[in-house]
Amino acid sequence: MKSLEELKAIREKMKGQVDIRDEASDAIRVVVGMATCGIAAGARPVLTAFSDAVQERDLANVAVVQTGCVGLCQYEPIVEVYKADGEKTTYVKVTPEMVNEIIDQHIIKGNVVTKYTIETAKLG
Amino acid sequence: MMTEISLNILDVAQNSVRAEATLIEISVAADTVQDRLTVVIKDNGCGMSEEQVRNVTDPFFTTRTTRRIGLGIPFFKQSAEITGGSFTIKSELGVGTVTEAVYVLSSIDRMPLGDMTQTIHSLVTMNTHIDFLYTYSADDKSFVLDTREFREILGSGDFDVPEVSAFIKDFLKENHAEVSDLAE
Repeated sequence: MKSLEELKAIREKMKGQVDIRDEASDAIRVVVGMATCGIAAGARPVLTAFSDAVQERDLANVAVVQTGCVGLCQYEPIVEVYKADGEKTTYVKVTPEMVNEIIDQHIIKGNVVTKYTIETAKLG
Repeated sequence: MMTEISLNILDVAQNSVRAEATLIEISVAADTVQDRLTVVIKDNGCGMSEEQVRNVTDPFFTTRTTRRIGLGIPFFKQSAEITGGSFTIKSELGVGTVTEAVYVLSSIDRMPLGDMTQTIHSLVTMNTHIDFLYTYSADDKSFVLDTREFREILGSGDFDVPEVSAFIKDFLKENHAEVSDLAE
């Protein structure tokens, strides 16, 4: 069973580290829609998959945040990726299985995964 | 429609976040003797007027301006009532809101509780400026997660720092497993 003693140990460990993460360095923002429509469509595991992947890969310049309903409920779960220059990509009907590909291709290499974007969904 | 009670809890707790609560109390209690599963979400947010409270279970009522329907509370209410349980919401402007859903534990129409670890973990790590008091109990066993304790130990609200976030997830996972999952 986890105890609060462990949290004390984590605090001690953190004290010795230089804080390499600061909000200003969050060059990329991943925004997950978490209103009723998003949650009902499966946004919670998508949010968890993004947070876990960003932590596991130690992507200090990526912030995963949540938002409400963006008014496109039929396309939920929706994930918007904002680059530092303000460029926005909207991924629709996102599943946890798509998360690693979006991180590898788009967030790390800078290539939008076109097959999952709203523009492609509207064509299909 | 949600497929797990834990998703309703996540959704309705977002209302408390938007109401600018500084403390959100969530309790989930399974009682096999009474055959009830009781979920309470209590916040100290901005609260609602009497008229808003009257309208809030109406699917065609919402405070949003982006569109004119709101299904969060109606979904939660329906999920409890179809089991033969009950639903109440009490609110006072400037004081806060208390939402209570009571399910008949053994009802075939009761959705599984689902992944409460994910629900509480994402609430805590995504809203580090808010305190959460979460209680989970199954008959005579229970555990509590109180972010005010975490905040005191850490000297900060860095719940989204990888080490702390991982601790919170394991804390929830292990304690849920220990208390048992009568509500599945």
